[in-house]
Amino acid sequence: MSKRKRLGTLAATAASVPITLFGLVLVTFLIGRVMPIDPVLAIVGDRAPMDVVEQTRLELGLDRPLPVQFVIYVGKLLQGDLGRSVMTSHTVGADIRHFFPATLELATVAILIAALIGIPLGVLAAVKQGTRTDHIIRVLCLAGHSLPIFVLALLSLLVFYATLGWAPGPGRQDVVFDDMVPAVTNLLTVDALLAGDWEVFRDAVAHLLQPAGVLAYFSMAYIARMTRAFMLDSLSGEYVITARAKGLSAARVIWKHAFGNISVRLITVLALTYAGLLEGAVVTETVFSWPGLGLYLTVSLLNADMNAVLGATLVVGLTYLALNLFADAAYRLMDPRVK
Amino acid sequence: MLVEIENLTVSFPTPQGMSHAVRGVSLTLGAEKMGIVGESGSGKSLTARSILRLLPENARIAADKLTFDGIDVLRAREGAMRAIRGKRAGLILQDPKYSLNPVMTAGEQIAEAWRTHRKGSRREALSAAVDLLAQVQIRDPRRVAEAYPHELSGGMGQRVMIAMMLAPDPEMLIADEPTSALDATVQAEILRLLEDLVSRRGMALILISHDLPLVSHFCDRVLVMYAGRIVEELRAGDLTHAQHAYTRGLLDCLPTLSHPKPRLPVMVRDPAWLS
Amino acid sequence: MSTTTLRDWLLTDTPSSRAQAAWGRRYRLWCDFRANPLAMAGLIVTVLLIAVSLLAPWLATHDPGAQNLANRLARPSAAHWLGTDELGRDIYSRVLYGGRVTLGMVVAVVVLVAPLGLAVGCIAGYVGGVADRVLMRVTDVFLAFPRLILALAFVAAIKPGVTSAIAAIALTAWPPYARLARAETMMIRSSDYIAAVRLTGAAKARIILRHVAPMCLGSLIVRVTLDMSSIILTAASLGFLGMGAQPPSPEWGAMIATARRFILDQWWVPTIPGIAIFVASLAFNLLGDGLRDVLDPKQR
Repeated sequence: MSKRKRLGTLAATAASVPITLFGLVLVTFLIGRVMPIDPVLAIVGDRAPMDVVEQTRLELGLDRPLPVQFVIYVGKLLQGDLGRSVMTSHTVGADIRHFFPATLELATVAILIAALIGIPLGVLAAVKQGTRTDHIIRVLCLAGHSLPIFVLALLSLLVFYATLGWAPGPGRQDVVFDDMVPAVTNLLTVDALLAGDWEVFRDAVAHLLQPAGVLAYFSMAYIARMTRAFMLDSLSGEYVITARAKGLSAARVIWKHAFGNISVRLITVLALTYAGLLEGAVVTETVFSWPGLGLYLTVSLLNADMNAVLGATLVVGLTYLALNLFADAAYRLMDPRVK
Repeated sequence: MLVEIENLTVSFPTPQGMSHAVRGVSLTLGAEKMGIVGESGSGKSLTARSILRLLPENARIAADKLTFDGIDVLRAREGAMRAIRGKRAGLILQDPKYSLNPVMTAGEQIAEAWRTHRKGSRREALSAAVDLLAQVQIRDPRRVAEAYPHELSGGMGQRVMIAMMLAPDPEMLIADEPTSALDATVQAEILRLLEDLVSRRGMALILISHDLPLVSHFCDRVLVMYAGRIVEELRAGDLTHAQHAYTRGLLDCLPTLSHPKPRLPVMVRDPAWLS
Repeated sequence: MSTTTLRDWLLTDTPSSRAQAAWGRRYRLWCDFRANPLAMAGLIVTVLLIAVSLLAPWLATHDPGAQNLANRLARPSAAHWLGTDELGRDIYSRVLYGGRVTLGMVVAVVVLVAPLGLAVGCIAGYVGGVADRVLMRVTDVFLAFPRLILALAFVAAIKPGVTSAIAAIALTAWPPYARLARAETMMIRSSDYIAAVRLTGAAKARIILRHVAPMCLGSLIVRVTLDMSSIILTAASLGFLGMGAQPPSPEWGAMIATARRFILDQWWVPTIPGIAIFVASLAFNLLGDGLRDVLDPKQR
């Protein structure tokens, strides 16, 4: 396929994005509207006088028919207006700008750990297929798939924090460091580096490693499993025999030829895993009191703070969609084969 | 003798016990062109690949003697085998669609073979690759060097494969059904090219095929294999003097234009051939 | 019929009836499956789990709801095999009953989702055109959310509880099945035997029902089994976040949620239901892995 044609199919995929986006918004809107909790009462409180309730209802446009409400909702979204959170009394947009970087930081470190361990493990398992090494790695991966992340998080707290004392406790940083560095990116490690404050940086990294490690184990299992499957497929290819017949070293046959053929597919897996981490982050953040989007989402849920819930859900959905699109693009642009 | 094989067996473990794919093959090869003919599963491919020790991982291989230029292939270290593979003996596989690495350009793959066994820079290797592509009679070697395998036709792909295996200038070439996946018109071209290159460089050739007349046309002698054994050895010109019933059966099954038959004959297999 | 002749009857190369051929095929698959120790372990544990859950009223030593505040957070002992929780309830009995909740949710989700996904996928794949495009766009929307987060939002919108958790998980679980069935159908649709059936004048519905859908079943079963572990995990996560089964229900995730503050001192209280979730989920994963090797060797 020519580069132009490939770009063409990519454009077709991109064209389907608005439709998916529209569906995404519609679904969150509908969830918000079937909510049994009256959004008006949630804002003004159930002791407010009748006329205030009525006033707010009109302001929110809740007396209009559903399709009109939807149009208003979309219109506000397009202006970046996600409404106001009852719980924090900030706008949801501001809240998300504040909480999302913490999740991003957590998920990024987690995916790095997961990929750096998972990929070599998967390759090793495939190369040693059927041996004890392979079986151990497979069971390790299945265990990662089967262990609920909150159990792993709790056990990790028990072992590394309470018993061994290696890891600091829950939270993003020690209270003494609160607001020590100016929030530029809201990525604490980056902000600390920008401020040149090594103590804060070290503390931030220490707090980051445990939740990121827990999150990473979960994704590592998936990455290793997929790597193994892809590698088994690739290693059985005829071109591997060709490579060996050329007299190449085992390492070059495995990494350059067999692995070279799966690297594009692996990028797809990594992108999807990264997206999946957002899901794991909800639970992990709850256990580790990590002030990210996941914690924001669950706390809002428990307080029936619907604007916050929908805003956070939408942002997660958007991130997910973007990563999917990226995976698709990587696949189409980087793989020289016809697909 | 370049290759000496005595009583080679190759077997695979299966749930029903060991399955013997090659059962006591002996042969010797000098600087000559030898054909091995047989049907699928007759063990011809495994026999040839044993010389390079390029068998599937679960294969069990045993022989009284298996040497390449005096090197004991069964006991050689992996490093010693790597010095044989590519450098001294090349292997051409059936279908370039699968045997070429799909995510490397043709030039890169040839250059890699060249650089593995000769000292030289990346630039030298790439120009050597273009040169080799010209030697296998590719008209536009520069363009082909930059092409990915899926952008090449079957015949072109097989020429790339040949160029790649010729790059380190080996003494022997194993061609494992090199034309079975190609169009009939291209088949002859590729075989002629192969024969020409081999003769000019004075290399040994093992040509594996299921096409008896074709092989006898290009080779000095032909081994006929059936069910893991060599059942007959023929000088290329002596095809009509074949003794073994299996070989005769193979030849009889060929349709001819001069004596058309209403029905194609079917091979009648004698269980005694297996013993 | 003695066992050897039954085996011969099953393994014969020349079956004399369709039933014999079918059973022979099944027996061969079973032989392959049996050769995989991990898969067998998964099967045995799964069967045990189901049996234990069904027999919970007879196996339990205590009433799972009976409180005894005088004996809270007790260590495992002869009276309470796995100790007691923060209200003095017997953890062993609660874990047994929790199996009923969890497996019940899994079964409910699968019963809801698998036929729906199969139907949508087969129709979209076979009919094609606008129907296909619309159905696939809908699956896209649902696939655009991480499963747990969509389920969370749904449950929050309805009302936390087992029923809404089942509905929410089902709602998020069907799109992958539809995708899978569609892909299989597209492949089957162009095969010669479907062309042959079409030539005999069979109706569309009949072709889909009798000739396409059964061919998708193998990979669907594999997918369902592997998915069961993720359903267990999602259900437990919902319970843990307070959006699934509500206390005092002995659902494993909810048990961990109420007991998590004891992790540092009475670690076994939240850990035991955690192990239960792990074992159940691992068993289904092993079983699914084994089934895939047997039924669907192409996709690893």
